[in-house]
Amino acid sequence: MKWPAMGYARAASLPDLWSVLAQHGSAAQIIAGGQTLLATLAFRLSEPGTLVDITRIPELRGISVSSGVLRIGALTRHAELGRDALVARHAPLLTAAVPLIAHPAIRNRGTIGGSLAYADPAAELPACIVALDAVVVTASAAGERRIPARDFFTDLLQTALNPGEIIAAVEIPLAERRSAIQEVARRSGDYAMAGLAAALRIEGGRVVAPRLVYFGVGTGPVLAARASAALEGRALDAASIAAAQAALGEDLDPPQDLHGPPEMKRHLARVLTGRVLNGFLNPSEIAA
Amino acid sequence: MNEITPASIGLSREDLPNSYIGRSVPRPNAPKLVQGRATYTDDVVLPRMVHAAFLRSPHAHARIGAIDTSAALAVPGVIRVFTGADLAKVCDPWVATLDHLKGMKSAPQHPLPLSRATWQGEPVVAVVAESRAAAEDGVAALRVEFEPLPAQTDMETALAPDAVVIHPELGDNLVFTRTAETGDVAGAFASAHKVVEARFVTGRHTGVTLEPRSIIADYNRADGTLTVHHSTQAPHMMQGVFAKHLRMEEGDVRVICKDVGGSFGIKVHVYPDEVAVAAMARILGRPVKFIADRFEAFASDIHARDHRIKARLAVDGQGKVLAFDVDDLTGIGPYSVYPRTSAIEGNQVVNLCGGPYDFKNYRCTTTVVLQNKAPTCQYRAVGHPIATAVTEGLMDLAAEALGMDPIEIRRRNLIADDAYPYTSPPGMRFEGLSHHASLDKLLEMVPVAKIRADQEEARKRGVHRGLGFAAFIELTNPSPFMYGIGGARISAQDGCTVRMDPDGSIVASSGVTEQGQGTEAILAQIVAHGVGVPVSRVKIITGDTQTTPYGGGTWACRGAGIGGEAALQSAIALKQQILEVAGAMLQAAPESLDISMGNVTDKATGAERMTLHELGRIVYFRGDTLPKDLQRELVQTRHFITKEYPFAFTNGIQASWVEVDPMTGMVKLLEHWCVEDCGRVVNPMLVDEQVRGGIVQGIGGALYENCVYDSEGNLLTTTLADYLVPMSAEMPEMHVGHVETPTRESLLGAKGAGEAGTAGAPGAIMNAINDALRPLNARVHEQPFTPERILRALGAIA
Ligand SMILES: Cc1cc2nc3c(=O)[nH]c(=O)nc-3n(C[C@H](O)[C@H](O)[C@H](O)COP(=O)(O)OP(=O)(O)OC[C@H]3O[C@@H](n4cnc5c(N)ncnc54)[C@H](O)[C@@H]3O)c2cc1C
Repeated sequence: MKWPAMGYARAASLPDLWSVLAQHGSAAQIIAGGQTLLATLAFRLSEPGTLVDITRIPELRGISVSSGVLRIGALTRHAELGRDALVARHAPLLTAAVPLIAHPAIRNRGTIGGSLAYADPAAELPACIVALDAVVVTASAAGERRIPARDFFTDLLQTALNPGEIIAAVEIPLAERRSAIQEVARRSGDYAMAGLAAALRIEGGRVVAPRLVYFGVGTGPVLAARASAALEGRALDAASIAAAQAALGEDLDPPQDLHGPPEMKRHLARVLTGRVLNGFLNPSEIAA
Repeated sequence: MNEITPASIGLSREDLPNSYIGRSVPRPNAPKLVQGRATYTDDVVLPRMVHAAFLRSPHAHARIGAIDTSAALAVPGVIRVFTGADLAKVCDPWVATLDHLKGMKSAPQHPLPLSRATWQGEPVVAVVAESRAAAEDGVAALRVEFEPLPAQTDMETALAPDAVVIHPELGDNLVFTRTAETGDVAGAFASAHKVVEARFVTGRHTGVTLEPRSIIADYNRADGTLTVHHSTQAPHMMQGVFAKHLRMEEGDVRVICKDVGGSFGIKVHVYPDEVAVAAMARILGRPVKFIADRFEAFASDIHARDHRIKARLAVDGQGKVLAFDVDDLTGIGPYSVYPRTSAIEGNQVVNLCGGPYDFKNYRCTTTVVLQNKAPTCQYRAVGHPIATAVTEGLMDLAAEALGMDPIEIRRRNLIADDAYPYTSPPGMRFEGLSHHASLDKLLEMVPVAKIRADQEEARKRGVHRGLGFAAFIELTNPSPFMYGIGGARISAQDGCTVRMDPDGSIVASSGVTEQGQGTEAILAQIVAHGVGVPVSRVKIITGDTQTTPYGGGTWACRGAGIGGEAALQSAIALKQQILEVAGAMLQAAPESLDISMGNVTDKATGAERMTLHELGRIVYFRGDTLPKDLQRELVQTRHFITKEYPFAFTNGIQASWVEVDPMTGMVKLLEHWCVEDCGRVVNPMLVDEQVRGGIVQGIGGALYENCVYDSEGNLLTTTLADYLVPMSAEMPEMHVGHVETPTRESLLGAKGAGEAGTAGAPGAIMNAINDALRPLNARVHEQPFTPERILRALGAIA
């Protein structure tokens, strides 16, 4: 299908963006990497009056570390995220996630802001930032908001963003933690049938602040409260891993999709739980 | 010596300077394709051209009520809206049956339906506009009242008493059934040492051509001709179809087909939207373009392979096959597809089951039924992957039941290499196959002992790997027995005209067509070899009914075997003609001369006597200097058709080595091998790539591809995110080997090579997966072998 006819405007700065958005009102739609939006336009799922291109807004760019956080600008492309040294040092979970996202051509254009704003339930980055207990920094004509990642994803393809509000950056607290991401996808680059992004600390042989976040198994990233709780304060071993797997059942309410029934997603989530947590047992496997 | 005989064709460049047949000559048209300089139908832009878009049925089955076109006509750029009734005024419906398929029936199909839509995605109303985008805006503004009707989607209930009869005038949903039975099947099963049985399912696929279906129809009122630019495999067949149904003379219709971005069988059928485009052009007197988008491709390109098969195999104590008993059922959508029909695939299953093996007792029934889903028809390797999976799945079950090695049971049953000519139980005649030589060659390539040791060791670590085999036969070089005897105007013959121009360059025009597979490359090689010129001096013309000899085009693996032989014969005839002329010029006996690398030479010494350039100069510009009665037309045409055998069968065997993750149900392809015998290999590189591409398509069927419908008949897999095609990252290393048993029906000796990979890969992968799962007591026979199905087989999910 062909795109509907529409206008295009490029914002040069945040103030410029607010005036363009004010001018076009609800007919305006922000475009970043375009890797999701352009496909939905070609499906004629939505017919925005004007696309507002934010990719030249300098305030939304860059990766930096200051005052205890790693700040990743919304326009950071997946490919940039994957090769950035600060990210590799302070949030290796994101570095590990990038190769799982789509294909190189898409990673060269798609942005972290677009991925979080679209909030695909099978996307890797939303799950990762919930696992990392990050904060989503938003901006609008009314000013900045700081929304904890766990509160940002509200429902299927829904976020806490208000109309006229954009994602400016993501801030990840600097912390010593172990993290890993694994998924089961039919082909490399496909959205996952089920995935798990996990972060935790091990202090004095005990698991501290575990965050098991599943993707592809719900309406958004699912922070598994019971499975995480089953690990908290315990030694990481076969018994606690089995406890987390058992507790997981009540955390998940997966939908049916073309790949299989809810039961299959539950099964895969349990398998991933075992694989990811077992990976933390053996330091040589964490590196891989 | 440049004599062309079956023996000399195989000679090396040292012995035969003009030897191109059998060489990996680079494809002359490849740079054009990779540099974006090809001319696909969508690249053709004609003056006054308009664009069509279709409103497609949102329901699997619905009565079409009032059609309100007023808002659509008000959309800027929209020119006209056409309904079924509008087109019926200029276009006659078609019925897709073949006389030799006894009892076959189907309903008349119009370009746009008159009263009922019978599958979701069927074109119902057409909008013509200044641009495709405007036409889509027009489609969005159409108001059509659909009254949904109950849909018959499940093939298993299509013949039940309470089934929805899709075309009441037909009485029921049975399109065709055939049983082949020979020997004493019941007796063989009764006396068997072991009987194994299984239920096989093959998934509904579609072709997913990179270039979607594309057409421009241009009716010129000034001279009453219709010119159709068409992405098609069979220009001459389409010429006949357009003429017949638009009530024109065939000679007034020209079909031009330049570059085609893949077809795989998808583009050899008559599609209602494409005929609608021709009918609209006829009415409007303007060129009308239609390029299917990917949604339309999934919902309206033909689907294929939707079969459920119950099958049994009886063996004796030594593992000899006693009998096959196969019951095939297939749902083909609401219409048999014109003009090849949708009964051929089931018919092929009947013809091909048990194909590689020597046995006496056979029963196979196919039952072909209607349903409210997209129509199915012939797609690469028609019926072969189904028959091969059934046959080879049963052979492995028998081996397991007997405690016999899967290689050993095959060796004991494959038809002996000296048994030919041989007639198979369903009546297929084999001129010469090489099953044992192919198996031996495969075993030289597959390190079986090493693999078995690795498998043992890996199992101890909980890693499950499996090795699977699949022998197959493939039907190629079809004669009129395939379609012609059934009354279809589908040519099994093909022609080639070869001419020499003044500069000594050669132009050959052929009735077979180029779909991106390299037909033009092999034609150039054959012509260069046959005439005696460098391949760079040969230009090939295909895909134009007005400038190429009449022919069948690309289907059922015949480009090299049929088109190639016509090219070789016409090239040899041109060479003779050139030597006659050269003899007159050089005062030499033509028999004493030869042509090599573009020069006339002395046959005995190889000494150069004159260039073809010089010969051309004299013939074309100084004909006054030649003897008056000398025949000097430097052009020759030959046509070729097979006469002895209805089909040239080929054979081969594949092996697949996989790893199955029993926790996730994921299958990893580790390595794949194929040995096939397509007779004379004209271009080893192209044949190898055909085999590899075919294997990849077979892998698609085995692991990924599936057109999924819900129970109401809504297609759920309408994008490439849902309909999964095989991608390079998952493809294994593929090793290809050859045995060459040329057909004696032609000088060239080539048979088809395009479908072998697809025929055997799914069966080999299925057997490899089941070999991996064997210690876990799980088995899968339902394609595609998805994680869900494997996890179910393992009992990991209910
Ligand atoms: C074939 C294919 C496979 C893919 N596979 C995966 C995969 O496996 N995993 C995965 O995670 N993703 C996958 N993607 C999606 C890809 O990661 C996209 O890049 C991402 O989802 C959207 O990023 P974008 O910058 O392209 O956003 P756009 O397409 O430009 O925008 C997407 C949406 O976000 C909004 N938006 C964009 N930026 C902002 C912002 N800063 N603030 C507020 N709203 C904003 C837009 O208005 C729009 O609604 C795939 C995409 C394709 C085409």
